[in-house]
Amino acid sequence: MALLQIAEPGMSTAPHQHRLAVGIDLGTTNSLVASIISGLNTVLEDESGRSLLPSVVHYQSNKQIDVGYDALAQQNQDPANTISSVKRFMGRGLEDITDKVHMPYRFIDTPGMVQIETRAGIKSPVEISAEILKVLKERAEKSLGGELTGAVITVPAYFDDAQRQATKDAAQLAGINVLRLLNEPTAAAVAYGLDNAVEGTYVIYDLGGGTFDISVLRLTKGIFEVLATNGDSALGGDDFDRAIFNWVLQESKLSQLNAEESRSLLTQARAAKECLSDHEEAHIKLALSHGKMISLALSRANFVDLTQPLVSKTLAPTRKALRDASLSIEDVTGIVMVGGATRMPHVRQAVADYFKQQPLINLDPDKVVALGAAIQANTLVGNRNEADLLLLDVVPLSLGLETMGGLVEKIIPRNATLPVARAQDFTTFKDGQTAMSIHVLQGERDLVSDCRSLAKFELRGIPPMAAGAARIRVTLQVDADGLLSVTAREQTTGVESNILVKPSYGLSEEQITHMLQTSFSTAKQDKEARALREAQVDAQRLIEAISAALEQDGHLLDAQELDQIKQPLEALKSLAQDADAIVKAIDVLNEATQAFAARRMDASIKQAFAGQDLNSLQL
Amino acid sequence: MQETRQDSGLNYFELFNLPATFSVDSQLLDTNYRKLQSEVHPDRFVTASPAERMKSMQMATLANDAYQTLKQPLSKARYLLKLAGIDTGEENNTAMPADFLMLQMEWRETIEDARNAKDVDALDSLLNEIAQNANTLQQTLKIALDETNDLELAADTVRKLSFIEKLREDITQSIEKLEN
Repeated sequence: MALLQIAEPGMSTAPHQHRLAVGIDLGTTNSLVASIISGLNTVLEDESGRSLLPSVVHYQSNKQIDVGYDALAQQNQDPANTISSVKRFMGRGLEDITDKVHMPYRFIDTPGMVQIETRAGIKSPVEISAEILKVLKERAEKSLGGELTGAVITVPAYFDDAQRQATKDAAQLAGINVLRLLNEPTAAAVAYGLDNAVEGTYVIYDLGGGTFDISVLRLTKGIFEVLATNGDSALGGDDFDRAIFNWVLQESKLSQLNAEESRSLLTQARAAKECLSDHEEAHIKLALSHGKMISLALSRANFVDLTQPLVSKTLAPTRKALRDASLSIEDVTGIVMVGGATRMPHVRQAVADYFKQQPLINLDPDKVVALGAAIQANTLVGNRNEADLLLLDVVPLSLGLETMGGLVEKIIPRNATLPVARAQDFTTFKDGQTAMSIHVLQGERDLVSDCRSLAKFELRGIPPMAAGAARIRVTLQVDADGLLSVTAREQTTGVESNILVKPSYGLSEEQITHMLQTSFSTAKQDKEARALREAQVDAQRLIEAISAALEQDGHLLDAQELDQIKQPLEALKSLAQDADAIVKAIDVLNEATQAFAARRMDASIKQAFAGQDLNSLQL
Repeated sequence: MQETRQDSGLNYFELFNLPATFSVDSQLLDTNYRKLQSEVHPDRFVTASPAERMKSMQMATLANDAYQTLKQPLSKARYLLKLAGIDTGEENNTAMPADFLMLQMEWRETIEDARNAKDVDALDSLLNEIAQNANTLQQTLKIALDETNDLELAADTVRKLSFIEKLREDITQSIEKLEN
């Protein structure tokens, strides 16, 4: 049943103005969706009351797709068609996946991003992730009772442009409007309200099911800067289960278990681990196939002994991250615990001992990232009136261009505040040269071969000139999501060659459109219905945005200017059933509002300094 | 379009409602940068029309660029000179007074020796010495730009300071390499 929405006192009460927005933690092991409901930050549950959705997708033989617990249950029976931890493959090539020999998947080496062959056909990690996101979207729309305005989706701080773009593509494929991609550690810090502090240095200790991430964040006047990240991509809560598993085998002198016994024991081991977080002792009972029963008691002290090496293993990357950030433990203002495995008391104790202070644990460590994302989503869609939360994130890795000799010229340095644009001028090497190849890279190293290649494209149509006479300006723009676009333009002749590239690893707009169409239905009328629905949604969004802008700032326009916007606005409103006409009318209205947008922006700048008479503005 | 004046018609100082001086109040710069970003940042325009979202990204990008430029003494001085119509031309104009050239060579030798001897302490103390030198140059800039309006001296000083900044980077990198 849809929950009723009650506005906070002093907040917007008009129901049509409350927009439905969610935060999504698209995790390696589990995914979650959260939203602010009646002022309360809530993780949304499925029909069985479960908040976690295992990040597992199973392609069944009857063409059905299972996601979550149902898919997880199929993992042992049908490993090749049950994809887990797909996040590790997002935006990665085959050569990036180091432990592929241990994985049951049939990988296909495709340029840019690896793909997996399943019985449902060849699937890209983007498509597989989209299945998980679709389930979360459906869950959200069911529990919130309406269509989502959009979602904030979290990504690891160290994700490069390829991985971020892949995440955004997956959301688009799932029909989710991405409000913002947010760094996971930043989301955790927001959930704890750390952004309210003036400044501080925070460590986010994230021990998940299968991965360990440590991030050092510095907060200065609302700017969250990622100073350093480190971790171990093969260390997590699952290793603690395995330690108990091995202990049981050893204690009961068993060497071989059949598949079912193994599964059962692993489940028991996990239960014992969870039990020991609150109790001093856990009991493990296992019925073997030949009728023998195993019954063992594991004390917390014994468990701590068994797993201390695993806990210690998390401290090495922690030390390294602090060293990379040139910080000592005294500089750390607070430690935020993320991930279910941080519930274990001895993990908390180890962190407290290391940092000489108690970590923050009052929020559920499984939910903290999704909760932070929900807060940001709620703010972004304007459900909060105060302009108190402004997160300024930074570029995670430097962006540069290839120059002579296989070297990388850095254009945008790591940690530049987003959004950012930088330009660099290049010239031709030969007389009469009419094309130039441009190679965009990401990374901190000097050699092209040590950085990640993001895009390669050719600027053609340069007017023939003497060598060194042309002036080609390449501009790299990184938006607020940390996503890159590149433009190149020849300057001297007035002839402009403008190119906008989306980096080559991801999927092109056409590929996504194609997938969208095929993933729903191939019937022509369905395609048309979908195109119409999309156009209507876009039109509604634009009408609302422009109407709100006019209501607020219509006084910035004279009667004639107002009319120039109102006419196409009314024209768009009057259209209902013709997708092509709606799309055209949207373009016309967009064009008609350019000058108004600029004027509103100037008014905003003036507004920023209202009452400050230091230097009167001439606007 | 002039490069110093953007779409809004404002230069970087006007953008933050600050007087165009070298000794601009850095705390007020911080405060006003935040104020401006809270108005123009894309986070405030998530549900706005495409035209406004585009405008917002441009303005927020400009605000970040302007803030970075005015935060660092070297880029701030270079920008003030640009506003006055003077190109410091650091790439082409490398002519330096003889005494400064001598100092440069001494520093380079010290770096070379310290690197070979893997002497981090020596590099650290050189970094200190250079920082003091940079401070003096910044004082010179303050007087030349805000008081005597000696733009030629200011341009010379920018070139010196630019050289010193590059040297600082080199030393910092050498220290990092030795420490790893």
